[in-house]
Amino acid sequence: MTKGLLGRKVGMTQIYDESGVVVPVTVIEAGPCRVLQVRTTERDGYEAVQLGFLDKKRPTAGQARSTHSQARRSERGHVTAKLGSKRAKARSEAGQEAVAKAECEPKRFVREFRGPAGDFVYSYTPEPQQEGDEPAAVEVTGEVGSEITVRLLDGVASVDITGTSKGRGFSGVMKRHNFSGQRASHGVKKVHRHAGGTGMSAYPSRLFKGKRMAGQYGNEKSTMRNVKVVRIDAENGLILVNGAVPGPNGGFVIVRETNKV
Amino acid sequence: MSQQIIGLVEKNNLKSDPPQFEIGDSVDVHTKILEGEKERIQVFSGTVIARSGSGTREMFTVRRIVASQGVERKFPVHSPRIEKIEVKRSSMVRRAKLYYLRDRVGKAVRLKERRRV
Repeated sequence: MTKGLLGRKVGMTQIYDESGVVVPVTVIEAGPCRVLQVRTTERDGYEAVQLGFLDKKRPTAGQARSTHSQARRSERGHVTAKLGSKRAKARSEAGQEAVAKAECEPKRFVREFRGPAGDFVYSYTPEPQQEGDEPAAVEVTGEVGSEITVRLLDGVASVDITGTSKGRGFSGVMKRHNFSGQRASHGVKKVHRHAGGTGMSAYPSRLFKGKRMAGQYGNEKSTMRNVKVVRIDAENGLILVNGAVPGPNGGFVIVRETNKV
Repeated sequence: MSQQIIGLVEKNNLKSDPPQFEIGDSVDVHTKILEGEKERIQVFSGTVIARSGSGTREMFTVRRIVASQGVERKFPVHSPRIEKIEVKRSSMVRRAKLYYLRDRVGKAVRLKERRRV
């Protein structure tokens, strides 16, 4: 159903298209991602592919407690079968087949893409290293442990991009909901950036649900749909998309083939 | 790291030999413009009063007086639409932005010429 990649927003710049028109682009460093798990209907009740992006730090030797940014034992066990556990031992003794593991470093950013593993099967012909070389086409199977690069999205015209928007903290109604505020003079006293009335009187004697007020703004999941792909740079693993993308530079993003028609 | 990646992206969009000119130069900017189907070259001549930005985002501002009305136009340095930039005359200037020219009219706009060696 959907093929996608995990990535990181690098920043914005501008490039020129063939006719010399400036195109504003966001550079996204997408992939390489490892397939950590393949969810199946028989085992998990749904189909999905779990990808991981960027290596997570290992705990330093001799450190009493690992910090949040370091991989826990559970996270290491998620990607390798070598760690072993009592449960794994008991299962192998009972003759159960072990679950496939990616055998890679623990990953910092892990997300699932709903849909069959077939979405992540693709092949490409690498650039010849030398003149006259004819490299064979490389097949990526999408099985657990395989590495997915930006070539997966070759030929995709537009994508959906999900990120976490920049956090603005507890913001007033003018910033958060684009209210107009109140006048600078004519008797307005200390409420220039406030909302006006929020409701009626004795009836209904309450606020209606969903009344727009001040509160936490930003730092929430945000998706830009149908963003045009300007260029895919397979050599450097970059996607250039038209316009802005939610979140700060360096923020993690999910890039999916668009589901909007 | 991120700046290096941005540099990689911009590399292909930079001119291999960027036009050479300085602040205070009198220049002729030759731009390609599309008129319907036909492409035509338009020349805008004036004084370079500012340069801003870096990489593909680098821009420069040219100021001239048209019918006693100041006109400023901002061009991207690396745009393929800019055919060439001819330097007609260089001037002695002591700052990077010549915004003070905006407040001047008539003879006061003149800049002292700098002879190239």
